[in-house]
This record gives sequence, structure tokens and C-alpha cells, in this order.
Amino acid sequence: MDGQELEAFAYHTPPEIRGRKGVQHPVVIVGAGPVGLAAAIDLALHGVRCIVLDDNDRVSAGSRAICWAKRTLEIFDRLGVGERMVAKGVTWQVGRVYHRDEELYSFDLLPERGHKMPAFINLQQYYVEHYLVARAAQFPDLIEIRWKNELVGLRQAERSVLLEVDTPDGRYELEALWVLAADGARSAARRALGLEFAGHVFEEKFLIADVRMRADYPSDRRFWFQPTFDPAESVLIHRQPDEIFRIDFQLGWDADTEAERQPARVMERVRHVVGPNVKFELEWCSIYTFQCARLERFVHGRVLFVGDSAHVVSPFGARGGNGGIQDVDNLCWKLALVLQSRAPEALLESYDCERVRACEENIRHSSRTTRFMTPKTPMERQLRDAVLALAREFPFARTLVNSGRLSRPCSLAGLSSIVADEAAVAGSMAPGTACADAPLVRTDGGPTWLLESIGGDFTVLTFAASAAELGRLEGEQRAAGLDLPLRVLVPAATRPGA
Amino acid sequence: MSAVTRLRREDGFAGAGDDFYAALLEAHEGLCDVESAGLNARLVLLLGNHIGDLSVIREALSVARAGVSREGKS
Repeated sequence: MDGQELEAFAYHTPPEIRGRKGVQHPVVIVGAGPVGLAAAIDLALHGVRCIVLDDNDRVSAGSRAICWAKRTLEIFDRLGVGERMVAKGVTWQVGRVYHRDEELYSFDLLPERGHKMPAFINLQQYYVEHYLVARAAQFPDLIEIRWKNELVGLRQAERSVLLEVDTPDGRYELEALWVLAADGARSAARRALGLEFAGHVFEEKFLIADVRMRADYPSDRRFWFQPTFDPAESVLIHRQPDEIFRIDFQLGWDADTEAERQPARVMERVRHVVGPNVKFELEWCSIYTFQCARLERFVHGRVLFVGDSAHVVSPFGARGGNGGIQDVDNLCWKLALVLQSRAPEALLESYDCERVRACEENIRHSSRTTRFMTPKTPMERQLRDAVLALAREFPFARTLVNSGRLSRPCSLAGLSSIVADEAAVAGSMAPGTACADAPLVRTDGGPTWLLESIGGDFTVLTFAASAAELGRLEGEQRAAGLDLPLRVLVPAATRPGA
Repeated sequence: MSAVTRLRREDGFAGAGDDFYAALLEAHEGLCDVESAGLNARLVLLLGNHIGDLSVIREALSVARAGVSREGKS
């Protein structure tokens, strides 16, 4: 499969068009991109039924999200597609930063070993969507994807949401208790509710070219400020599967968009990067302007915004697609508990405050990167160029060079939804941080991973030095009335036979 | 005997360098070139006095000057 040969998914006439009435669906998800599909699978894993609407009938074409961060891969692994993604993707963990033709420094994004998932993989969004569609098909009783079903209207009733949907067979109405708006940066759901999407456009143009070629380039992310081989202000290269490389050229705000998008001109620029002797084909190219924008709130009555419909960022730092999947991870278990009457609707407020914090962090980092790359005034340029010049010799200046602060999970510490730590509990796993992975040995002797073992539910994780202590811990949990899975880790030194 | 303090070469912001850089850009926001140069002059005097160690300042001046003149020649 590549960007040009995308299979079409079958459209079926919706039962409502054939006259079915009066069905209230627990959840309707608008948008079958990575975020909407991940949400459908996550809800299914919690036993919640949903309908997914998509205005198209294919996975997305062309150059979109490619960099998937470790935390996102851990979520995808819980959803059942992580291993397939890693097997196909290009694994990387080192970023290299160049000024002119000199390497200034490199950074390693995997601070410790012993995690199932790598720091990053590069994988085209169409593969991710394809894997998610295949995974969703394993829940035929819980997930119904309706292709070529376009949301054209949405209004909130007292205890539900009414959606108007257009299809090749005409329009129909759906009623849902909850709607997840995963319909992207130009969200129809957001427009239907008349919500403001506030932010700003960065005054810079980028040419993005996906190039197919045989090249023994490393898998590292490579970023050049003011490269000597091309007049671009900066160049970024990522390796993708199928011998495809993504090359971003920073063209400047005054660039002539029409002239720059001509294939001959694009080929000439790619030639600057790859040199005279490498054969290549242009898979895809386009010229972009980036913006950051967000909704003030992500929860609007019974409509919950996830991914790009709630927030968009510039792509430097890979915080768009990764942020959206982390929205899903935060929201779905809460929505399942609310639908199962095991938690009050107020729990969904914690989705809003927690993911708004993450969104603010993502916008802050990606905006700072874009500003470092695109100085607005002569003084900003002086400061930026001074940082680059000093970075050769001075480690402090390297920490100021900003070619992208790559996506990491946001800490929720200090929010009202997060309990405070007890002083006696030390270590980096503070309440509100994503759990770090670790290699484990199962009781049957087989290897496993911590994150695989604790699954997707509330879990009490504890250490026990002996069988007697384990019995005591289980007794304590029963006495406390906690209906939670208890997972016990036995330190290797005290394990029988160790 | 006190050791001679050298100019710090490692990160002095404990990982918060991006906050420092953002604050610096914010201070210059909306100023013309002459005003920005004036801000920098005041800033250097304030920070120089805060450091208060002439040997460190002389080393910094020399590094900064060398970079400017090297780039001026190229």
C-alpha cells in the first residue's frame, strides 16, 4: 500500500434511511481518523458501543502525521495495534541538529532502557488508520463505522445530542447520549456549535516533500538551520517505511507559493538535499502555513472534542497526532464509567482540565520552536543567530537551540483531579505522571512488560517479599472494599529460586 | 585560597532555558531596532553588576567580541 493506492471502504445505506426510528446510541464519534478510530476501540475495550461517522471512504492520503512518540505507542499497544505499528515503522531515538554544514549536537530521546516501546517511530498516517480500521473490525458488535456519512448539523437536546447526517442516499437524523468530535482542524461539529477556535497563524511557508529513494541515510531526525546545500532557512529530514523520506523546507514568508510548488522546482530542491547521484521519485508535495489554535474548553454539554478539532499546533515537536491519541486515552475510560453509571458526569470535567493543560504545554512548546525557526525582527534574528553561533562551543547555548521539543506526556501534578503524593513515597512516578514501563518476569517464567501487565484499568500495584505478605495485602484490599485488580511485583532478590 | 571563577559554559537554568529565551523575546516585543539595542545595553549593565566578578565578565566580553569580529570578517 502507498499513498496513491488506497482501498475504498464499503458504504452501506444506514438503517435510519430505510426507516429505523427511535434508537438512542450511547456514543457517536464524528471522524474516522487516528483519533476517532482509537476512541472507538478504547470504548469497545470498555464494553461501550459506538457509531463512527466519516465523510470519506478511504484512509487519509498524502503526507500527514508520521512521528509517533513512546507514550502514544504505549496507548496504541493497549488498543492492540502497537506491535504492528512498531514492526512496520522506522524506529528512531536520536535527533541531530546542524548549523550550515556543521553538526552542533545530537539528543537522545530514550532516557532509559527496558521499555517495550521505542522513543519514536515514523509511520505514515495511512498505515496507522489502516491498522486501526482492521482492529475496529474485531469488535463487530460494538463498533459500526459508517463511511460517506457526513455530519451536516448538530444540536444539543436536554439529555442527548441530535446529529444530522448526509449520505449518498440522502439525509437522516441520529440521536446519541454523547458525541465525540474527532473531525479534525476544520471540525464540522465545532462549526455547528458556533465555537470560537482562537489562536494565530505563523508567518512562514513550508514546502513538505515525500520522496521515494534508495539512500543509506540514518533513521535519526536531522535538522539543518541555514543549510549550505539549499537556500531554505531550515531543512528537516525524517525517514519513513517503504524507502520514503519526508523533507521539510522552510521557504520564508515572502516565498512565491505558485513558483515553489512547481514539480521542477521541488525536484531541484530535493536534488540539493540528496546529491547528484541518488535516484528518487516525488511521492507527494505541498506548501503549508501553520497555525496554533484551540477551543477554550473541550467539553461542551454532551459534545466532547478530541484531537485537532480541539487544538492544532505547528508540526515541529510532533505534538499534533500524539496529543490527540493522548486525549483519547484520558477520555474514554471516564466516558465508559459515566455511561455505566459508575461515575457522575462531573468526572468528564477532569478530561477538560487535564487535556487543556496538555494542550497549553503543546502549544507553548511548538510556538516557541516555530518562533526560534522564524525570527520576526532583526533583534530576534540577532539573538537566534548568536545562540546558533555559541552552540558550537558552549553547551548552555545548545539547550537554547530549538528545532522541536519532541512530544512527551504532560504531567498532571497539582491539578485538582490529582491526589497529592505522600512525602514518604519517593521516585519519579509522582501522581499525575504516565507510568514508566519496565521488563518483568511472569509467575510462569515468561517475559512480559509492566505496562502490558497492568492493562487499562485502575490497578493496585504493590511489592511483596513473600507469599505471606502477598496474602496479607490481598486481605487488606478486601477489607478496604476495593474492587480493583491487585498486581503484585516480587523483587528479584526475594523470588523463590532467585 | 579561592579558585578563580570561570565563565559558566553549561546550562545555568536547570533545564528551563526555553523559559529564559521566551522571556528575552517577550521583553523585545514591539520595540524598534534602536529601542531593542537600548534594552540590551541596560540588560548587560544590570546583569554585569549582578555577576559582579570582573574576571567572569572579561571572559564573557572576550568570547562575545571574538564571535562578532570573526563573523564580521567572513
